[in-house]
This record gives sequence, C-alpha cells and structure tokens, in this order.
Amino acid sequence: MSTTTTTVPSAGPAAGSHSIFARLRTGDEIARLITFIFAASVVLISLLLIFELWRGSVLPRHKFGLHFFFTDVWDPIFDHFGARPFIYGTLITATVALVLAVPLGIGAAIFLAELAPQRISDTLQFFIDLLAAVPSVIYGLLGVFVVVPIMRQYVQPGLQHTLGFLPLFQGPAYGVGFLTAGFVLAIMVIPYIISVSREVLLSVPRNQREAALALGATRWESTWKVVLPFARTGIMGSVFLALARALGETMAVTMVIGNTPTISASLFSPGYTIAAVIANEFSEATSDLHVQSLVELGLVLFLLTFILNGLARLLIVVTAQRGSGTAQA
Amino acid sequence: MKRIAGKLLIFVAFCSLAVYLVSSIDLAEQTVLAQSTLLINGAGATFPYPIYSKWFDEYHKKYPNIQINYQSVGSGAGIKQVTEGTVDFGASDGPMNDDQLKAYRDKYGYGILHFPTVLGAVVPTYNIPGVKAALNFTPEALAGIYLGQVTKWNDPAISAANKGVNLPGENIVVVHRSDGSGTSYIWTDYLSKVSDEWKTKVGKGTSVNWPVGLGGKGNEGVTGLVKSTPNSIGYVELIYAAQNNIDYGAVKNASGAFVKANLASVSAAASSAAKEIPDDFRVSITNAPGKTAYPISSFTWLLIPEKFSDAAKRDAIKGFLKWALTDGQSYVENLSYAKLPKEIVAKESKVINSIQ
Repeated sequence: MSTTTTTVPSAGPAAGSHSIFARLRTGDEIARLITFIFAASVVLISLLLIFELWRGSVLPRHKFGLHFFFTDVWDPIFDHFGARPFIYGTLITATVALVLAVPLGIGAAIFLAELAPQRISDTLQFFIDLLAAVPSVIYGLLGVFVVVPIMRQYVQPGLQHTLGFLPLFQGPAYGVGFLTAGFVLAIMVIPYIISVSREVLLSVPRNQREAALALGATRWESTWKVVLPFARTGIMGSVFLALARALGETMAVTMVIGNTPTISASLFSPGYTIAAVIANEFSEATSDLHVQSLVELGLVLFLLTFILNGLARLLIVVTAQRGSGTAQA
Repeated sequence: MKRIAGKLLIFVAFCSLAVYLVSSIDLAEQTVLAQSTLLINGAGATFPYPIYSKWFDEYHKKYPNIQINYQSVGSGAGIKQVTEGTVDFGASDGPMNDDQLKAYRDKYGYGILHFPTVLGAVVPTYNIPGVKAALNFTPEALAGIYLGQVTKWNDPAISAANKGVNLPGENIVVVHRSDGSGTSYIWTDYLSKVSDEWKTKVGKGTSVNWPVGLGGKGNEGVTGLVKSTPNSIGYVELIYAAQNNIDYGAVKNASGAFVKANLASVSAAASSAAKEIPDDFRVSITNAPGKTAYPISSFTWLLIPEKFSDAAKRDAIKGFLKWALTDGQSYVENLSYAKLPKEIVAKESKVINSIQ
C-alpha cells in the first residue's frame, strides 16, 4: 500500500494568476481535494477509534492498570477483570488457523496460477471467491454441526493415540476448543490467501519464468526458485490479511471454542477469544466496570492487530531488502 | 462500447427515477404517520420478546394511533437505555439493583417502576447415552455439578434421587450460557439461594465466573453442545425446551417435592410468592414455597418511569399496561409463557394508576 503522489501536470500557459480557477474548471483540483478527504478520513477514523476506546475504558485502566494484561480471572459479579486468557485464546486460534491455512492456501494458489489450465483455474477461482463471500455465521453453524462431532469422535482421539505424548494433544476431547476454532478459522481464511496469492503469482512477469526455463530449470524449479521468491512480499500480504481476519473473527469462533477463559497448552481445551467475549457479554453487561473492561478488551485487540501489522510491515521491509522482487503488497 | 454506455445511461436514469418515486411515497407516508400516530419506544430483555411483540402488534391493531416499538437488545442494555432516557420504557429479566435505582432517581428526581408481565422458567437438560428416564435433580446435585464438585453421573448426590435409573460412571460435561442472559441470571439466582458456597464463590448475574464447564451462545448454543456431547448437562429456558421438544429433568422444590416445569407449576411459584411480594415488585421467586411450585421460575419486568412529561405518552403506556395485564394475558400461554396470578395483577393495577 504505497502512497503514490501523482504530480498534477501544470496547466500549461494558463498557469499563473488563473491557475487555480483553471484547475478547478478542469476538475483536477476538485478531484484531488475529494480524494484527499477520503484518504484522510481513514486516518481520522482510526484515531477516533483509539480515542473512543481509550475514553471508554477509564475505570478498568485506573483500577487494574497493567495487571489487566496479566490476570486470569474474569468475574463480572465480584468485579475482577483480566485479559490474559482472552489474549492467549486469540493468538492461539489465529496461529492454528495460519499453520493450517498457509501451506494449503499457497499450494492451491501455485497450482491455480502456474500449473492449472486457464479454464480450470478460472472456474476454481469462482468457487474460491464464493467461499470468501460466505457469512461467518454459516461457517459457525458448519463448525457446530459438522466439525465439532467429527473432532470429538475421530480427530481428537486419533491425535491423542498418535501424538498424545505432546502436551498439545492431551486432556478430554470435548470437540469444541482451540483446535476446532483454529480449524474453522483456517477454512474461513484460506480463500483470502488463495485469491490474493494467485493474483500476485499471475502478476510475476513472464520473462522471469522464461529466463529460468531457458537456463535449464524444470517447471517446478522455476516456480519454486524464481516465481515464488519474486512474489514473496505479495504472498506475505495475503497471509497478513488472513491473520487480520482470524484475529477479529467473532461469530464462528464463539460457536465452536467453548467460551471458557482458560490458558492451557492443550489444543483440545476450551478457550475464549477477545472478539467472542465482547460479542457475548456486551449487551447484558450492567455494571460500568464490566462494560468498560469489555471496551478495554477492544482496545487490547486493536493494539494486538496494530502490533502484528507493524511486525508484518517490518518483515516485508526486511525480506524486500534481502533482494526479492518489487514490493507489491 | 457506445451502445453499452447509452444503455447504461438509460438504466441509471430509470433507477434514479424509481428511487425518487419510492422515496417520495415513503416521505408522504412518514408525514401521515407523524401527524396521527403516537410512537413509543422501548428496549430490553430478549426472553419476553415474542410475547411483547405480539402484545404491541395486537394493541396497535386495537388502537391504530399508538405504535410501540421494542428492541430486544438485552436486559442490561434495556436498563442502560431507559436510564439514559433514549427510550420511553425498558424491560429486564432481572430487577434493577439499588444502585441502579438510585442512579435513576438522582438523574431525574423521580423513580422507575417495575411491572411483572409474564413468567418464565429455566430447566435442566441433559444427554446421557442409555438413560431415557426423566431425571430428578436435588438442589444439592445441581449446585454440586455446577461448582465442579459432583463430577460423575453415578455420584450419590444424583443417584439417590433417581432410584432405578442406571446412571453411568462417566464424567459430567457441564454446559452453561456464554452470552450474558436473563436465563443465566435466573439459574445463578436459584443456585445462590440453595447453596451458600455458590453464593459466596460465584454469585448471581447475567454473566458470572463459571467454576467449570463449556459455554454455548444462546439457548440454541447450549442445546447444540448438550445434544452433541455425551454425558453433558445444561440449562435452557422452558419456552425453548417446549418449542423444540427437548427433554428436561424435574427439580426438587422448597417443600421437598420433585416438580417438572410447566405453565401450571411456574404460575404456582408466582402464586405462592405473591403473598409476600414487595410493593415495588422487585422480587425473586426462585425456590418458592408450595408443593406444586417449580423452583427455577422468575418474573420478567417492564421498567416504566414514574413520571412522563408527555401526557399523551403517559396515557398510552398506562392504557397498554392495563390491557396487557388483563386482556393481553390471553395471548400468553399460546407462546408458552406462564400467566401472572390474579393477586399480582390486582396489585399492579393500583401501581399503574400512580404513574404521573
């Protein structure tokens, strides 16, 4: 997302005393002003958001301070609020989702962009766009009725038998929990990864591939060693888009995660995410401290996305310097 | 290319004409509405929403010049909005507490009244493979299960009340509501009354810090989890259980009888509590005395300010309340809510007259 400053060509001989009038008449200046306002509104909205979240969370910020981040208890009756299990749940589910979705998504994008015949590629792309447009509550229902029973009956016992020595796969199998939430999230974010990555791969110049092939590389070698590195920053962009969606997803997650604020190494354990607890409790929160603690959770989620996005930017800058293709995130 | 552009232009022109026509009709309608209709806005609990929307609809048919809008945004939001003055009345599944009443009085100089409208109940539902019989639950068993102390289905706390039922030695999977809700309020209010440990450790509220269990969103979320998880127990509204043919257990009441929830046993709980109902109607009827009373029952309330600056609005609301408590009660049971006992209706009528 690089800001391109288009220098308006000066209006030739008319430039001078009539310049503003002339430029207004051609519409350039007006268009410039309007688009500038649109662009500025994005910044304004972000700032307003932070300001409102900050203003709306005065009570818990004063009462708990930094303890808010390190407390595990969430008790609306006795007014103890801590964000740690929710931050943990948000990060874990997003991580599980990306671990599952990134290889699958990028693999599919490579097939669609590099290997598949045009017609198959376009047909599949249609279905992928369709998947991206499915409302998240549908994925949630799918999770509850299909994924949860399968997880409980087959996947979780299976994992326990084979990989049960890892702390990741221990404890009772409820079906709901971090793993299921991560899995459903993975299904939801894969279309984004595929769509964006495919576009990026398709935009890699043809001569890059031809050069690699001319040097004697096989089709796969040219894809793996030339095309992918060239498109690396764009693909990372798709992954971060997916991450953003995974962090903020509410409906589908709350339906399959078990909604229990726990911190557990086991992926079978039920958990809770920031977005889910806000959606669940906001409408019925009666005490001011409860409401404001939920608002502060919103602020935490905002910061979390902010930090992760910052890291993503950094990663792109660092890898771009190591000499990949043009930055086109 | 040009032809397409031309067609597009015609299309756009047509669209804008259509939009213009529709919006002018809409405007005309709105002006008519504004001239003759009295709009009253309310917001609050989701649990009584079906009966409230039925009432407002029927009342509007009866008096076309009065239109009552109701947003089912939740009890907490209902209390908040009526306190902020953004709606004319609120609705809640739990009564406002003393602090909230004081905040209201401090802000306006007059108080807010509670009017019980209908009754609801919460029932325990479970899924134990091989067990078809309706189980009996003692208060100790329910509190123990939800505190995480009774962990197996064949625990004596459960099996003693269910002679002849072959309960498995499996772990109990506890399910509760994850969203803040009046249902959880009633459930935890009951557990607080029957268990001191629950009262001091967890307390009552629309959301609490559950000692154990999985959270499901909404009645449907809890039902879904219970149905798909063997050896689980959860709680749902009676209405939801009745409408979806979900089996549920009986609960031992304060008089020592095991009672299954139905409209009669819920009304019985209100009747037995009616004698001691306080003047402001803020009363919990969980664990009510009486042999036939179902112990996990509750009123749901409308929250009406004591004073209205707009006389027309005041009269409309008073008229509606009187109608809802008399003729309006005939719609109640069709929607699986329990009716208010006569004693309470009589008492409420007096309070309605005091609205200024």
